[in-house]
Amino acid sequence: MKKLWRYLPALPALMLSGCTVDLLQPRGPVAEMNRDVMVAEFVIMMLVVVPTCAATLYFAWKYRASNKEAEYLPTWDHSTAIEYVIWGVPAILIALLGAISWWSTHAYDPYRPLQTADNVKPLNVQVVSLDWKWMFIYPDLGIATINQLDVPTNTPLNFQITSDTVMTSFFIPRLGSMIYSMPGEQTQLHLLASESGDYLGEASQFSGRGFSDMKFRTLAMDPAQFNDWVEKVKSGSENLDDTTYPKYAAPQEAAPVQYFAHVQPDLFDGIVAKYNNGMMVDKKTGKVMHMQSASNAAPSDTGMKE
Amino acid sequence: MLGKLSFSAIPLDVPILVGTFLGVAVIGLAVLGAVTYYGKWGYLWRDWLTTVDHKRLAVMYVILAIVMLFRGFADAIMMRTQLALAYKGNPGYLPPHHYDQVFSAHGTIMIFFMAMAFMTGLMNLVVPLQIGARDVAFPFLNSLSFYMTLVGALLINISLFIGEFAQCGWLVYPPLSEMQFSPGVGVDYYIWAVQISGVGTLLTGVNFFTTIVKMRAPGMGWMQMPVFTWTAFCTTVLILVSFPVLTVTLALLSLDRYLGMHFFTNDAGGNVMLYLSMIWTWGHPEVYILVIPAFGVFSEVTATFSQKPLFGYKTMVYATCSIMVLSFVVWVHHFFTMGAGANVNTFFGIMTMIIAVPTGVKIFNWLFTMYKGRVEFTAPMHWTLGFMITFSIGGMTGVMMAMPAADWILHNSLFLIAHFHNVIIGGVYFGYIAGMGFWFPKAFGFKLNEAWGKRAFWCWFVGFYLAFVPLYVLGLEGMTRRMNHYDNPDWYPWMLVAEVGAIVIALGIVCQLTQLYVSIRDRNLPENLDLTGDPWNGRTLEWSISSPPPAYNFAVIPDIHGLDTFHTEKQLGLKAHGKPLAPIHMPKNTSAGVFIGLFSFILGFASIWYIWWLAAIGLIGIVATMILRSANRDVDYYVPVSEIEHNEEVYSRRIAATQAAE
Repeated sequence: MKKLWRYLPALPALMLSGCTVDLLQPRGPVAEMNRDVMVAEFVIMMLVVVPTCAATLYFAWKYRASNKEAEYLPTWDHSTAIEYVIWGVPAILIALLGAISWWSTHAYDPYRPLQTADNVKPLNVQVVSLDWKWMFIYPDLGIATINQLDVPTNTPLNFQITSDTVMTSFFIPRLGSMIYSMPGEQTQLHLLASESGDYLGEASQFSGRGFSDMKFRTLAMDPAQFNDWVEKVKSGSENLDDTTYPKYAAPQEAAPVQYFAHVQPDLFDGIVAKYNNGMMVDKKTGKVMHMQSASNAAPSDTGMKE
Repeated sequence: MLGKLSFSAIPLDVPILVGTFLGVAVIGLAVLGAVTYYGKWGYLWRDWLTTVDHKRLAVMYVILAIVMLFRGFADAIMMRTQLALAYKGNPGYLPPHHYDQVFSAHGTIMIFFMAMAFMTGLMNLVVPLQIGARDVAFPFLNSLSFYMTLVGALLINISLFIGEFAQCGWLVYPPLSEMQFSPGVGVDYYIWAVQISGVGTLLTGVNFFTTIVKMRAPGMGWMQMPVFTWTAFCTTVLILVSFPVLTVTLALLSLDRYLGMHFFTNDAGGNVMLYLSMIWTWGHPEVYILVIPAFGVFSEVTATFSQKPLFGYKTMVYATCSIMVLSFVVWVHHFFTMGAGANVNTFFGIMTMIIAVPTGVKIFNWLFTMYKGRVEFTAPMHWTLGFMITFSIGGMTGVMMAMPAADWILHNSLFLIAHFHNVIIGGVYFGYIAGMGFWFPKAFGFKLNEAWGKRAFWCWFVGFYLAFVPLYVLGLEGMTRRMNHYDNPDWYPWMLVAEVGAIVIALGIVCQLTQLYVSIRDRNLPENLDLTGDPWNGRTLEWSISSPPPAYNFAVIPDIHGLDTFHTEKQLGLKAHGKPLAPIHMPKNTSAGVFIGLFSFILGFASIWYIWWLAAIGLIGIVATMILRSANRDVDYYVPVSEIEHNEEVYSRRIAATQAAE
């Protein structure tokens, strides 16, 4: 038993070895920044926290009532010098952290498109959160999936995110920042996978009964493999359009992965527009207009009135 | 006739609930039986239920808080057990429908009915005594506030056995909480419980704000106010400004649910972002409403048990006030992931970090209060030291998440859960328990058992780290909050450790109960009795009167010359004021609070179940009781000088006897 205790301090290390600590093992520049900022903060804060905790224990022990050796100043309650230090040191550290905050929030704003050194063309992905599954539409490729997100590595990923049910949050821990998905809103997120791999994707905002299984695999692969995958999806037979969409959008727990070979081009816009009285932002003009008259929308009855 | 209510609303198919119901019923009947057997109904009604005495209301608030702690903790350990089981295909023992209610109820109960009730209880006991007042400004409102809180707590607990509770988290975010996605009565239980208790909290805010502004003893300027009173004052300001926002937010949600409006619905122009912004405009100050009085407790405890004045009193006051102001400009940090622009996110991130400065200053002030003092390791001091360490760590993780770039990955993760339990258990709970141990002798005339108090502390302290350090790790491993089951093998061992932590905390609660039992059993032992009214060599006015104090608190309102006047006079050996005694004007007890509470309960319960005729009865009852109460002119009485003289004599004889014994 005694021996066992000796190994106790090593237990956390043991428990972590072989584990994936997603947030500390990033697989993309955004997640790397998230981690670096987090670790930098931790280290800077530790500069105050460790001495404070140590001083707490030391003062309490040194000035314990039974220690009559220690100096006792029963009326001492003020020192301007100490006051300067205890306001000044935290203020300086917070100023430093504030500067890091300003820089990182602007530099890695989730809305800010990423660029690679060789100017790779970004991949657009439209994300729809449903009860309780994720739909990914690749508008430029004309395909879609449910609960599986395949992406090429070292390619900027431009996500447009909305919800066709309650609010939730779109999160791939190893690629970095998350953003809410909300009905009638289009949020944006820009990520990049720098290594191929199979990463957990999840809903991180509770969204009801089937929330725990609202997970998806994120498969990052090199662009050639990705193109093969796209071809494979395209060779399938399932279509995603106004007539089939309601079936796939219906509430479902632990939904299986699904591929769609063809997607109706304005599907995503229709999902956003249906909570906005049919209004949407025209991509060419930037003006808010009715779905039917928008320049890029195919004239069709979406069948998704409120 | 009965609206949505039918026999199928009673969850007879859920064995856990049936068992709980039987347990509650047995305990309830035992208590009622005991009261009847000992013939205590009259005493209970006259001296407690209808009381307007702030000290007795304080006791009732704290009892309510402790009962709600059991309920909230039962929820907590059920969640931990579920997650220790529900791994790799094992569904655990709580299906989502039940589990989602458990985590929603846990948060709601712990914040609104455990922490708020405890905080209000401490304020009730201490504030009037510290400022030399004979009661609060509006004694009847104080009783009413208590009943509003109690009714909220009752409604939320009745949802266990009749119907269901909300399944969308403790802040019931729409659109999930809208009729479209939550058609059951769960969200309505939430709305009515929180709204009714919110009325009580707002009235408490009005009451104590007025009391502190208007009823301080002569000579007590703002800068002579004890620190706990300062913190209570800041809390009342926060209540006054923030609780109306909560009331409006939930009222709008009710309009959506009851009248089919569209404030936060998906369609017809509703907007969920509005709800988030509004609920956190209340929600963030709420955290400070809870923790600022705990800071006050630590200030009193550290100074008293270091046998020194508080270091940097002025700094402490300024720090508290800046936290109060800053708490209103940080709410957006609860949704950095909603897609706000970089400037907005940065502003709120930096404002949040700035709060760490005055908070850090407070920690250093307590540190330098111990410096060159004579620190006595009493149980309250144990909680204080445990707080200083735990809260420093919790503050650090808070600052980490204040940075938007880090929050974008930590938001909604178990890291967040670990963080806010770190500050709420380590700050708020440790503070309230320290305060309870510190002021218990004042309320009851005997001390709490030290040994069991320290055992409770160690269980809580160790249990806290065992339960929540794993959650920090799990957050870093990408695990989000509110999951019912999972497959990731990396998460499983940490969940087991967290379960062990929850069990150790349970032992802490058992120790606290034992402490209460042992203390009451041994209350008449000479070392436990507080005959002088000043068991800790205290510094502030509450220690200048007998324990428990007479209903009117102060026979003569003291004159204040500076900070810690009582302590200064004690040092100089000055014996009180030769002022002549005069009859004391006091408020009479009233049953109006009980009846308004009863009718509010009827209104709430009937509205939850759409029993409109009954709701009308409740509403009419409330208004009628109010009118009757307002028309009643027989609301006060005078304590005759002879009675005051008698009490004073008994008290001085007790002090003399104690001094002779020494």
